[in-house]
Amino acid sequence: MEITLWHLLDSLLAILLLGLAWSALSGTDLKRGVVLFMAFGLLLSLIWARLRAPDLALAEAAIGAGLSGALLLLALRDREKSENKAGQPMSLLRLATVLLMLLLAASFALAYVTAVTSNTGGRLAGLAFGNLEQSGVSNPVTAVLLNFRAYDTLLELAVLLAATLGILALGSERRPFRRPGVLLGALVTWISPLLVIVAGYLLWTGAHAPGGAFQAGALLAAAIVMLRLGGMTSEQLPHQLLQGWLLAGGIAAFMLAGYLATFHDLAFLQYPAGWAGLLILLIESAAMLSIALSLGLAYLGGSPSGWDERSSRGKRS
Amino acid sequence: MMLTQLIFGIAGGLLFAMGLRSALIRESLLARILAVNVSGAGIFLAFVAIAYRGLEETPDPVPHALVLTGIVVAVSATALALALRRRLEEADDE
Amino acid sequence: MTELLGSLFILASLAFFAAGSIGLLRLPDVHARLHALTKADNLGLGLLVAGACLIGGHLLLALKLLLVWLLVMFASAIAANLIARHAMKDGEES
Repeated sequence: MEITLWHLLDSLLAILLLGLAWSALSGTDLKRGVVLFMAFGLLLSLIWARLRAPDLALAEAAIGAGLSGALLLLALRDREKSENKAGQPMSLLRLATVLLMLLLAASFALAYVTAVTSNTGGRLAGLAFGNLEQSGVSNPVTAVLLNFRAYDTLLELAVLLAATLGILALGSERRPFRRPGVLLGALVTWISPLLVIVAGYLLWTGAHAPGGAFQAGALLAAAIVMLRLGGMTSEQLPHQLLQGWLLAGGIAAFMLAGYLATFHDLAFLQYPAGWAGLLILLIESAAMLSIALSLGLAYLGGSPSGWDERSSRGKRS
Repeated sequence: MMLTQLIFGIAGGLLFAMGLRSALIRESLLARILAVNVSGAGIFLAFVAIAYRGLEETPDPVPHALVLTGIVVAVSATALALALRRRLEEADDE
Repeated sequence: MTELLGSLFILASLAFFAAGSIGLLRLPDVHARLHALTKADNLGLGLLVAGACLIGGHLLLALKLLLVWLLVMFASAIAANLIARHAMKDGEES
């Protein structure tokens, strides 16, 4: 194999990634660990761009570095008693764990090399590229997500809904932030509408260029986070019933599209010929709103005050 | 197999092992949640490295779609874990 | 010719980014580090955007990159002010 400058770049990126992960995980100061984890997410987004995965780079920058970082920074507020303990398990156990992890990494590497080099039979990529014209979109990742493997995306939205229901059931929302000063207020005023516009743009352009429902939903969730930081209270969110419909809307759109197909003597989720592009756009719009509200409610921290009284257990922190 | 795939695949495996070790060893719940996220990132890196086909060819879209699903599921699982942790701390205080 | 000029701009931006990073590591307190991060890094980003516009070529790409630069400057300026204000308050308490 020839060694080019690209391989030098790849080695540098990989070493930097491992170094960031190590320093994020091994320090005792959790605040430092969370900030380093956000930097880790940004570096990972750069690596996705290097590996020619622009949809993933967009999603990782918005979700992995942005939203995940925001959630973790909020969680730093909840003081944990075991954080102050410097206790470590005994050194024999730690040595055994390290050896086990090295063994695990070695077997992972063996499996990886075998998987990539051995079987040169037909890959799913051939099927995907072959059927791309009939899928209704021209971005192959969107085609795979919303047409060829639409069932997986339906189940993913169900997982998202389940996680949201768990968060809503676990307690009431966190105390809202205080009213912002001039500068933060100006930032929120200017950035939030821009986020909405860019989210709509990403949703539309996901059909033929990198983008799509997940990235757009993450941007809308970021808009909710910004509004929250700007002092928005949960009374200013949409009505509870509307929120419930929006949360379930992605799954509902999928099911409707799926059953629409069965009425035309096709299989579940087999889009009728010629309708695929329009159906994908409608499903993506509903999914974007579901994802945005799910992640936004996750940032709020629990069921918003003003929802049914029986759901507001526990102290507000 | 390309050297790029090898480099990033090995890095993904090491990240996975590193995250799993921290998840087992650390006592703080927040540190464990961070560690599981790092493990997940390692797996995603291995997937995308498998999908890479070089600078000229379009990469394989199926692992990209799987990793995109994985990223979203990982953040929602992290959010649920953080909510559980908050509830656990409140329960300990009572 | 324009590609060469663009590459020169990007190389110049590397120097500014390096200066910002060295300032982050070596300067004594928060306020000094904020100087390094906001001034040097934003200028570096501006040069990077200029180089990318020259290499890219079309007007629409240049406008989008310019918008990115303006947004980063806007957000980093406000963030720097917020950080500096909190650091000053913390400094008065301790």
